[in-house]
Amino acid sequence: MRGSSPRMTAKHRGGTDYIPKMRPQDILSPVAAGLFCKGGNFHVDPVRPVERAVITHGHSDHARAGHGAVLATQETLDIMRLRYGENFAGSTQAVRYGEEIRLGDVTVKFHPAGHVLGSAQIAVSCKDTCIVASGDYKDQRDPTCAPFEAVPCDVFITEATFGLPVFRHGDAALEVKKLLASVTLFPERAHLVGAYSLGKAQRVIALIREAGYDAPIYLHGAMEKITHYYQTRGIALGELKPVRGMKKADLAGTIALAPPTATSDIWTRRFPDPVTAFASGWMRVRARARQRGVELPLVISDHADWDGLTATIQATGAGEIWVTHGQEDALVHWCQTQGLAARPLDLVGYGDEEESETLAEGEEA
Amino acid sequence: MNRFAELLDRLAYEPGRNNKLRLIEAYFRAVGDPDRGYALAALTGALSFKHAKPGLIRDLIMERTDPVLFGLSYDYVGDLSETIALMWPRGTSPLTGHNNPPPPTLTEVVTTLRTLGKTELPRQLARWLDELDETGRWALLKLVTGAMRIGISARLAKTAAAALGNKDPHEIELIWPGLTPPYTELFAWLEGHGEKPANLDPAPFRPVMLAHAIEDEDFADLDAADYIAEWKWDGIRVQAVSGRDAQGHLQVRLYSRTGEDITRSFPDLTPSQHLPGAIDGELLVMRDGRVQSFNVLQQRLNRKVVSPKLTRDFPMHLRAYDLLADGDNDLRELTFAERREKLEAFVKKLDDPRIDLSPTIAFENWEALRAARADPASAGAGADAEAVEGVMLKRRDAPYLPGRPKGQWWKWKRDPHIIDAVLMYAQRGHGKRSSFYSDYTFGVWTSGEEGEQLVPVGKAYFGFTDEELIEIDRFVRRNTVEKFGPVRHVVHEPNQGLVLEVAFEGLQRSTRHKSGIAMRFPRISRLRWDKPPRDADRLETLEKLLKADTAKNLVTSDNH
Repeated sequence: MRGSSPRMTAKHRGGTDYIPKMRPQDILSPVAAGLFCKGGNFHVDPVRPVERAVITHGHSDHARAGHGAVLATQETLDIMRLRYGENFAGSTQAVRYGEEIRLGDVTVKFHPAGHVLGSAQIAVSCKDTCIVASGDYKDQRDPTCAPFEAVPCDVFITEATFGLPVFRHGDAALEVKKLLASVTLFPERAHLVGAYSLGKAQRVIALIREAGYDAPIYLHGAMEKITHYYQTRGIALGELKPVRGMKKADLAGTIALAPPTATSDIWTRRFPDPVTAFASGWMRVRARARQRGVELPLVISDHADWDGLTATIQATGAGEIWVTHGQEDALVHWCQTQGLAARPLDLVGYGDEEESETLAEGEEA
Repeated sequence: MNRFAELLDRLAYEPGRNNKLRLIEAYFRAVGDPDRGYALAALTGALSFKHAKPGLIRDLIMERTDPVLFGLSYDYVGDLSETIALMWPRGTSPLTGHNNPPPPTLTEVVTTLRTLGKTELPRQLARWLDELDETGRWALLKLVTGAMRIGISARLAKTAAAALGNKDPHEIELIWPGLTPPYTELFAWLEGHGEKPANLDPAPFRPVMLAHAIEDEDFADLDAADYIAEWKWDGIRVQAVSGRDAQGHLQVRLYSRTGEDITRSFPDLTPSQHLPGAIDGELLVMRDGRVQSFNVLQQRLNRKVVSPKLTRDFPMHLRAYDLLADGDNDLRELTFAERREKLEAFVKKLDDPRIDLSPTIAFENWEALRAARADPASAGAGADAEAVEGVMLKRRDAPYLPGRPKGQWWKWKRDPHIIDAVLMYAQRGHGKRSSFYSDYTFGVWTSGEEGEQLVPVGKAYFGFTDEELIEIDRFVRRNTVEKFGPVRHVVHEPNQGLVLEVAFEGLQRSTRHKSGIAMRFPRISRLRWDKPPRDADRLETLEKLLKADTAKNLVTSDNH
């Protein structure tokens, strides 16, 4: 979808000027708990407990426990249940992609965000004005979730995790090729791939399978549950085994996946001379990779890169862009050079899961 | 170029020596001539072309990107070449004739750069940057700006090449001076379909003979009468070789102990090597007939430009201890005693103030030698004692054998300086040690504004055993006060903390350290679990030691 013709839809919308429009900030506005919709009395991805929450996806910085009522896709609700237990919210309601739901004065509609399984952009419409809160998204191919869809709108709310032109994520399949070449070159070593437990790990496994590698892949205990859930949703990941209980010598020549923090800690001592890999968009920048002691950086991201962000903004046809978490400055500047109204939303509390996915003490398996 | 870039990229992240070797060897196997030859040249520093200035590549990116976005990106990435490599816009070249011009090969890049005029460089660079991927662009920019710092020594690259044909790297070292990029005949020989290239160099390097460190228990099996003893000089081991080429001209070379040609760094020594032969000896700084400490020598090393002022202030001197060739005669089969005689005659014939003999130490038995080692000044080293780091023992009947043959040569170092310091910060290691806190910053006590406090004086990451590493790692994890990224602030109070016995070779003034002192070759020699931190050493002790060192150096430099 990159490179699709920019802003056609905006012109269409121009024709309805005679109908009085809502001001977008009257529909959605940033408050301490997150983005609040007054007309519908709900928050999008609230960072503290609220009465009614609409949630884009299951990463812990967006999906927190303790809300009264939660509206999200079935997958997101399932993931929250896996992570927080049965009683993570007072009540839940599942919604399908494309389904329209009326909440007070507004309607909300979920569209695939291509970020992780169940991830959604949320289109909030009131009268003639449409705002899309995209949560986290990527426009790159991912065999483990529904592909991203550009949604025409007036205001597009975008993340900016990789909002600098230095972030351009190449073809993830080539990065996986790099990993497999290293496995061939060092058959006596184990390859330990750091990957976020939700989404990234399963995508990396699926890509490894697509590349023709069919030996068992080993998992850190912290990612077993969520990976199993992906399998129950019909995503083929091949034979997976727990690292737990394996003898050191038997892990030679294998690939194992673990949460990023585990790849540089005591847990790694069970592997024979491990090659530490890390699958992340941050690996594009050498200092970041070196800081983490990564030996094999794999540029595989679940966020849109710079080209993806800018192409998506143009494809939505939105005339106004609100930028949430990440490198807001550069993206806001770019929007302005394109003649788009843009502003940072200064929301706090997002982008945390990926930066600091940590394991509880003793969660060693 | 992209394949070479991939290799550089991987090498830059790989901490293990053996794994680096494997990566380079795999590259040499996978890539054909002449590309792999130019890669070997790049890794051994054998490429020569005029480097591009950072300003030039900055101009290239400024013409193509928004200055605000460039500024934000550069701030984030922190490295100019990398920033440009990452944000270079795709496909901007108007010259592109078809959709996917093939990216340049390493050969194309190297051979073009050799002949390219200065004015043509920007356009050529831009074309290549258009054609390469992110990693390829990064490697290209590092190559053309001459800033390829990837932690690979020339020796390592040659060792990887040797592995192609199961050869000893020494064999490559021997023929290396006669070879030029792209080393096609070298690879042909290594892969078994070519003759071994002959070294036509009139002044070739000969692999050096090395010594084992002697332990107390070794003396029981050794007879003092079988050995000749010399001072072990704290300088740089070199081989000074001169030989006549086909035209009868004298070619003069100075090699490091690994065979690297370092002639150009020491032009002041070249005129002194005026007789054909090969001397094995120590490179030292000599002022007014007195050998200077390693601290002084260090100020002469690793300079890009060897200025007249540098050669005047740090005059080089060669102290000879072996002779491998005399004219055309190879002496390496002779015994050490015989070679020593030839050496004495050779040095006499040279009659040059910059080359002298390393004296032998007379001794009756090991006890006498032990005494000499403890006090070199009164055992013959005199004013040069400051540059003595121990004694060497060489078997009288030993031929000159490359490598480290057992029982022939021994080194018996002076005891190092020792202090007790307190562990202050610990950092994770790399590679195999990435799950261990294995890099330690330690400090000693000093009186500050807020009373007694610890000031960091050094960092060490070896010297301990594997078992000790596990113990320290456990201590660090259990006694962390604070974490800053990869660094742990470890408890260090007067009655709480870990005392490390640190051994080191010397001290230097340093503006980079808060204490004003830098240690040479510090390592952890013992863990003092028994000692409370309050009993660790004080900064004054180190200051005193440093003053003693500097005073000696000052006296000599004032005199000239």
